[in-house]
Amino acid sequence: MKGIKDKVAIIGMGCTKFGENWDMSFDDLIIDAVYEAYEDAGIGPDDIDAVWMGSYWSNLPAPSQPLATTLKLDYKPVTRLENMCATASDALRNAVYGVASGACDIALAVGGEKLKDSGYSGLPTDDLAMGLVSTAPNTFRSRNFTAPSHFAMMATRYFERYGLSPEEGREMLAKIMVKNHRNGMLSPKAHFRMPISVELVLKAPMIAWPLGLFDCCGVSDGAAAAIVVRADMAKSFRPDPVRIKACQIAVGPSEGYLNPNHDWTMVKETWVAGQKAYEEAGIKDPRAEISMAEVHDCFSITEGVIYEDLVFSPRGGMREDIEAGTFELGGELPVNMDGGLKCFGHPIGATGLRMTYELYKQLQEKAGDRQVKNPEIGLSHNLGGTPGGCTISVNIIGH
Amino acid sequence: MAGIRDYGVYIPYNRLERSRIAQTWGGYPKKGEKAVANFDEDTVTMAVEAARACLSPGGNKTVDRFYFASTTAPYAEKQAASLAAAALDLSPAAFTMDVAGSLRAGTSAICAGLDALQANAASNALVTASDMRLGAPNGVKELDLGDGAAALVLARDDVIAKIDGYYSVNHEIFDQYRPADHPYVLSWEDRFVREKGFSQVMVKAVTTAMERFKLSWSDITLPVLTAPNPGYLKGVAKKLGWDPKLAAMDAVYPRAGNTGCAHSFLLLCHALDRAKPGDRILWANYGDGCDVMLLTVTDRILERQQVAVEAQLGSGALTTYPKYLRWRNLVETEPPMRPGQEPVSAPALYRDRRCGMALQGSKCRECGTVHYPVQRICMNCRAKDRFDYYAFAGRRGRVVTFSHDLLGVTPDPPTTVAAVDFEEGGRIMVDITDRNPNEIAINMEVEMTFRKFRRTNGIQVYWWKSRPVRQAQSHPVSQELSRPLRGTVAQIDDHGPGEGKE
Repeated sequence: MKGIKDKVAIIGMGCTKFGENWDMSFDDLIIDAVYEAYEDAGIGPDDIDAVWMGSYWSNLPAPSQPLATTLKLDYKPVTRLENMCATASDALRNAVYGVASGACDIALAVGGEKLKDSGYSGLPTDDLAMGLVSTAPNTFRSRNFTAPSHFAMMATRYFERYGLSPEEGREMLAKIMVKNHRNGMLSPKAHFRMPISVELVLKAPMIAWPLGLFDCCGVSDGAAAAIVVRADMAKSFRPDPVRIKACQIAVGPSEGYLNPNHDWTMVKETWVAGQKAYEEAGIKDPRAEISMAEVHDCFSITEGVIYEDLVFSPRGGMREDIEAGTFELGGELPVNMDGGLKCFGHPIGATGLRMTYELYKQLQEKAGDRQVKNPEIGLSHNLGGTPGGCTISVNIIGH
Repeated sequence: MAGIRDYGVYIPYNRLERSRIAQTWGGYPKKGEKAVANFDEDTVTMAVEAARACLSPGGNKTVDRFYFASTTAPYAEKQAASLAAAALDLSPAAFTMDVAGSLRAGTSAICAGLDALQANAASNALVTASDMRLGAPNGVKELDLGDGAAALVLARDDVIAKIDGYYSVNHEIFDQYRPADHPYVLSWEDRFVREKGFSQVMVKAVTTAMERFKLSWSDITLPVLTAPNPGYLKGVAKKLGWDPKLAAMDAVYPRAGNTGCAHSFLLLCHALDRAKPGDRILWANYGDGCDVMLLTVTDRILERQQVAVEAQLGSGALTTYPKYLRWRNLVETEPPMRPGQEPVSAPALYRDRRCGMALQGSKCRECGTVHYPVQRICMNCRAKDRFDYYAFAGRRGRVVTFSHDLLGVTPDPPTTVAAVDFEEGGRIMVDITDRNPNEIAINMEVEMTFRKFRRTNGIQVYWWKSRPVRQAQSHPVSQELSRPLRGTVAQIDDHGPGEGKE
């Protein structure tokens, strides 16, 4: 049967504390995440058959060998991959595919990023810029479009389409970030662990109108890792492995930049990846069947639109669900139980596996104060790029 | 003889009140405003704007000769005319040439163009004159000098004004000058400049020209004299026996400043804006000598007359003196804690010159879908390599969505970014420049404008931005761009993210 459902299971995971880890190098982060995963799985480096490692900026230009050196991997196959902000989720997908294909039994997926060596907040431009410029469809295009401004354009348009004044729209979005901070306070590994109020969000300095400081996620360092095996082997490692139900990636042809039919109030890639993942996992009614979700709240508006694109809320329905507390920790469908990108920050190459880590711990009922009641199915979602053209990953895991 | 077939002008949107500068330095307040090119403009972008205003649709393809005149071209070695020609999408067969070194650069280029037409070496010539000269801070020239550009097309037929003849003299004097390695215009004592420079040379050249043209003073209905300082004009008009009210008129200086070698062009365009068939224009321009031309306005003026100069003078907004200092790199600012400038690749720029410099996208031959940038595979019907280049530069669009970004580095914060949909199809992600952030709204109509982007390793990258359609305002320039964003919970000002307020 086509699809990955129930063929592969996660038997161990690790995740560092995310934050301004001034005292830790990229290698330190990777070692801590991977050794926590070894310990969790009860295995060691010799048991690993193959490694897929995700990073966006860090450790370039030759990250495979440094990883093998850092982890003292014994002439194992190591592949470094990059798929924008979905990098770590794609590392997991590749490891899962490696195991499902029968090419290996035990695979390690690891993602990490060191952002805070750059000297500024926000994402760096990079040594790859030359390559990006040369291969961009238009070398003249200004790259002074910052990430916040791209997502802000989605908010501007969303407010217009659904008749929200900027004040109403900003207040609606603020509530998403207030929720995520409330959750983040319960996450020992989160970067930001303080409560915020709607008033604070609205009064914060503007970053890219209409998004203010607290509409934007943090910037931090971190790493996370997962060890995956054939599903039929999983229980020999631990009593409570977590099964992979779906791994989907959708990459759009940048219609937001090219096509006047694209109206900037949805992210089509998310919708497509979601639909494919639901099909792969056999989910008919996502809102009812999914117990919890970790989604890409790089900006407040992003999380709001994700509710609609993943069919948690109807089109134009985010406001009603936000007001109703649907996505609160104790709500109908908790979203970003650990505080999300908002509280963890977003080390590009690590985020997807950090989300999986939270779902994994929740499914094993080990999420402490954040524990969701009887979770069966968890979904993680990454948005790499910008609303006008992006890479979306949707991974679903469960019992 | 040949004459002027088309004209077009460009005066930058941003204006600086002279009193603001004087206030800063505690000097004597002077009336009026000067036009200041935005941080993303230079003499090439301004010349392109003027030429676009001048050329009729499709007229770019028939330009035979292109003279780019300026004393402040961006490169000492690298032709500004070829840069502008690429942006204007002129024919590669067009003869291009930079003319520099004198405030007569523009009129001298006209003389050269006329000679080429006379000799049947060309059937038309596009001449642009653009300048953005610097006066040192706290000096008289800083108050006087403004930025601007104008363009004229010379042709043998279909002219709005015949050029009956020209007369030119050279005159060696250190009156006003700028060494190649010096940023600011320098000059000798004002009285010397006026007496031994402008007045003496202008009176003599015009008098001689009139004799050669066999004209009497009363034949001239529109004298257009250009002086380094409009205060010099009155005395010269009197000496020549003209009514100073007619001959000593400089409508551009009070509202835009002295625009260098573009100034005589702008004054001629202002005369053409008002001319009637049969008017005789005496056009004289001073600088290291004097160029004098006699023009006769034809009936065609009725078809092609504009209110070009007034429209440009009347459309703009006030900027601030600190911003101006930053735009001209006259004040050092703390480097932002942001990524450094991205590198530039000459081969990549070369490959994409049509798409980038001339703002051409693609139109699918199979289904008609329009794309920017060029897509080899149609986004609608997937046809491969079945497209024609499609020019966006002259088309108008509407803002689909936008943001005012305070994170990105810009000398004119915030960076207003937008998705723009074009009336005849296609979408481009662009900055909106020359705008009042408070007035940007979804569905606002915008037009495209050629601008500077980053400069790395001496390579200046140019591309295009959008701007709200420029229209003359009923009241000249009264608003300040730097006012906080209205009606929002956050305030945006010059200093980046500000405190929020209801």
